[in-house]
Amino acid sequence: MIQQLATDVVARALKLGATEAECTVAEGNEFSASVRLGEVEQLKEAGSRGAGIRVLVGQRTGSATTSDLTKEGVERMVRAAIENASVTTDDPFAGLPDEAELGSIDVDLETYSESVEQLEAEWKIAQAKAAEAAALQFDPRITNSEGGSFDTYLSSRAFANSRGFSGLARSSSCSISAVPVAKEGEKMERDYWFSIARRPDRLEAADLVGRLAAQRAVRRLGARKVSTQKVPIVFEPRIARTLLANLFEAVSGDSIYRQASFLNGQLGARVASEYITVIDDPTIPGLFGSSPFDDEGVRARRKVVVERGILKTYLHNTYTAKKLGTTTTGNAARGLAGNAYVDHGNFFLEAGSKTPEQMIGGIKSGLYVTELMGQGVNVVNGDYSRGAAGMWIENGELAYPVSEITIAGNLKQMLLDIEEPGVDLEFRGSIASPTLMIREMTVSGN
Amino acid sequence: MSFTDSFFPRKFGLSTADLESYLGVALSHGGDYADLYFEYVATSSLGIDEGIVKSASQGVSLGVGVRVLSGEKTGYAYTDDLSPEKIRHACKTAACIANGPSKVEKTGLNEGPKRDLYPVLTAPNDTTLNERVELIKRADRAARAYDSRVFQVRASYADNVREILIATSEGKLSYDRQPMARVNVSVLARQGEGSPQEGYAGGGGRMGLEVFESDKSPERYAREAARQAIMQLDAIDAPAGEMTVVLGPGWPGVLLHEAVGHGLEADFNRKGVSAFSNRVGQKVASELCTVIDDGTMAHRRGSINMDDEGNPTQQNVLIEKGILRGYLQDNLSSRLMGGTSTGSGRRESYQHVPMPRMTNTFMLAGDSTPEEIIRSVPKGLYCVNFSGGSVDITSGNFVFSASECYEIENGRLGRPVRGASLIGNGPEAMKYVSMVGNDLKLDEGIGVCGKEGQSVPVGVGIPTVRIDQMTVGGVA
Repeated sequence: MIQQLATDVVARALKLGATEAECTVAEGNEFSASVRLGEVEQLKEAGSRGAGIRVLVGQRTGSATTSDLTKEGVERMVRAAIENASVTTDDPFAGLPDEAELGSIDVDLETYSESVEQLEAEWKIAQAKAAEAAALQFDPRITNSEGGSFDTYLSSRAFANSRGFSGLARSSSCSISAVPVAKEGEKMERDYWFSIARRPDRLEAADLVGRLAAQRAVRRLGARKVSTQKVPIVFEPRIARTLLANLFEAVSGDSIYRQASFLNGQLGARVASEYITVIDDPTIPGLFGSSPFDDEGVRARRKVVVERGILKTYLHNTYTAKKLGTTTTGNAARGLAGNAYVDHGNFFLEAGSKTPEQMIGGIKSGLYVTELMGQGVNVVNGDYSRGAAGMWIENGELAYPVSEITIAGNLKQMLLDIEEPGVDLEFRGSIASPTLMIREMTVSGN
Repeated sequence: MSFTDSFFPRKFGLSTADLESYLGVALSHGGDYADLYFEYVATSSLGIDEGIVKSASQGVSLGVGVRVLSGEKTGYAYTDDLSPEKIRHACKTAACIANGPSKVEKTGLNEGPKRDLYPVLTAPNDTTLNERVELIKRADRAARAYDSRVFQVRASYADNVREILIATSEGKLSYDRQPMARVNVSVLARQGEGSPQEGYAGGGGRMGLEVFESDKSPERYAREAARQAIMQLDAIDAPAGEMTVVLGPGWPGVLLHEAVGHGLEADFNRKGVSAFSNRVGQKVASELCTVIDDGTMAHRRGSINMDDEGNPTQQNVLIEKGILRGYLQDNLSSRLMGGTSTGSGRRESYQHVPMPRMTNTFMLAGDSTPEEIIRSVPKGLYCVNFSGGSVDITSGNFVFSASECYEIENGRLGRPVRGASLIGNGPEAMKYVSMVGNDLKLDEGIGVCGKEGQSVPVGVGIPTVRIDQMTVGGVA
């Protein structure tokens, strides 16, 4: 149904004077259950739909979106997009992908599972309760809770364009989390753990989620500040993935054509230590960055972005590729409408062979980071300064919790200073990293 | 304007009888309270990049959210289809949070008093597209003309007009029309083969396009963004460690938003998970600090005539001369804590459950002149611009990221310093405020606050403030 609507919208736009058109129609159903202190706190259930169109009139672009999918609503949207194209400027690089790039890979990416749809509300509530209960029972210092939750989301996304592409991608997800609060004296600390998967049988067990959350919250009690110094920094996987997100932004064609990245002009150069290989692969079944085609209808493919420290490719959509005289890498993304931006598939750093214990074991004095706060990352010049909390490492062991400190450096140097990564690569979302260690950064405290 | 002339009755034929009937369905399983939130948002946005107007978009989003409260429990459902069947279905879904026979007496719907904090003669989306495009073209030209080292300029314009209608089972009927417009400019500058540097500025409010003909002109924001980028070309590495920090007036008020504002939202305090929980009446800041959250300031980005539960916004004193006075309350938390709503229940859209949020948060002016404050610091950091912040409300630790700073040496401003994060603990950091300037300034109107996945527009403000001790996260 939505696939047909996308095709019809494109046809209507051409009829009303568009030279080219592309249309996205999406629908989604969300369910969320949250519980607190053993009681249901909130249940939410609803569905929504929306459509968006982008047209080219000659070399000028216009867009519009609507959540009103009645015939009149859709007609208004198409006319608005064409009207919008009348005020933009001719852009010689604007356009759709070449026909040869369009298409879907012919593999079941397992992004959708009926089993999510079949879950009963009572069961989902019970899961949320079980996660929270496990957290509350873990330790007497867990005295309060922001709750447990179980959420599901089902969505379908259709895309069509005036070069003959029409595709439909369905996806499902479910997630479970717990957010306990630990208390000692007057001081409180909160932490969380979660698990997310395309299907419920891939989720971590509710009581494991609760226990891990509680363990993390309790471990933070008694956190102190440390003095300002330069030390090795170890990032747990949940935090290391934020460094990958920073790297992604720096290799995104959007940043590159604007010369807004510290990695401009570095293709073929060493940008990271020889231990580092980074892949963008939307074709791995069952993951959150998996998709048979990108948001311009370009066939999905695997790319090696950094190979043993050498920058092999930037990531492009059709526009950024044209700007830089190359071809799209199938990394187009967009909301419902508007010009495509650049996004990743499954963007990850390949695992090394060290266990986290081995990595920590070699450090005399350093910081194991379990939380980062604030923005503080400037991809234009690489400056990096973020609030942090975690465990202080002393003589190869996690010695005591620390908080209210910052870590700072420059991404250019940080990437070159990464030691051999951990073995513990795991996917909790579309960006993933194993444990990472950076030889030296500035810790600021008292 | 009477109810029947307001947006939803006019456009969708909604009557008070319809609303009462939907509320009846929402309470059919024995809920204590229900409300309906109808929303229609028309948006438009334009972008210029490399001197080319590359994007122009318009959008329409509409729907209704249905909420049912039963004790501490909330049931929520929404639909983007305003047909009676779909609305009834959403009401039935939300109703199931309660478990029992309907127990609420049917009450009629009555309109409360009205006011208009943002009278707008011509809504931004009633102007021609060409008028709006001209704003970003002006910004582009002004930024490029500022300095030859500017090599990239991006400017964007966005507006929206939000029509809302709220009906509650307590008989309250309210509606509002909320316009918003803003311009943003981002500039990159470079000197020779050096690293590029970025500058960013923008502003707006709940007004029509006339706002950009006053001091909030696109040219001013363009020059301000360019000035910041150029200034960064000569900046030295930021220092690391504890030191005295002076915050400039205006946007650095984001300190208040992170250090105290979020921690005073009633939901966290009802649950006892905030570092400020059970501390009303206690000293949480130096006596120089009086912090206000005020949703009633004319035309400001964070202002609203009524909150998203239909309660009028008001001026709320959060901290008075250092003493914690109260929390920001929505309907649910005030019911459970035994108070009244402070007009702080806000939501991103009809798809979201309301919760206590800030509006415009600022500190009252003090007696010191800004010059006196800087002169008083032997060695420290003067921070005038920030790119945002965040807070862990339970531990109270907060971070905010400075994007424009200067050294202070012997009471004088020195060299510009690269960006760095500042970190502190909410209930502690504000005790180190030792001087407050007489130059209270509010921000330009670009603030967005995120909480539990929901974004709402907010404002902040602060006078020049001296904080004796704060950790600065540089490298030097």
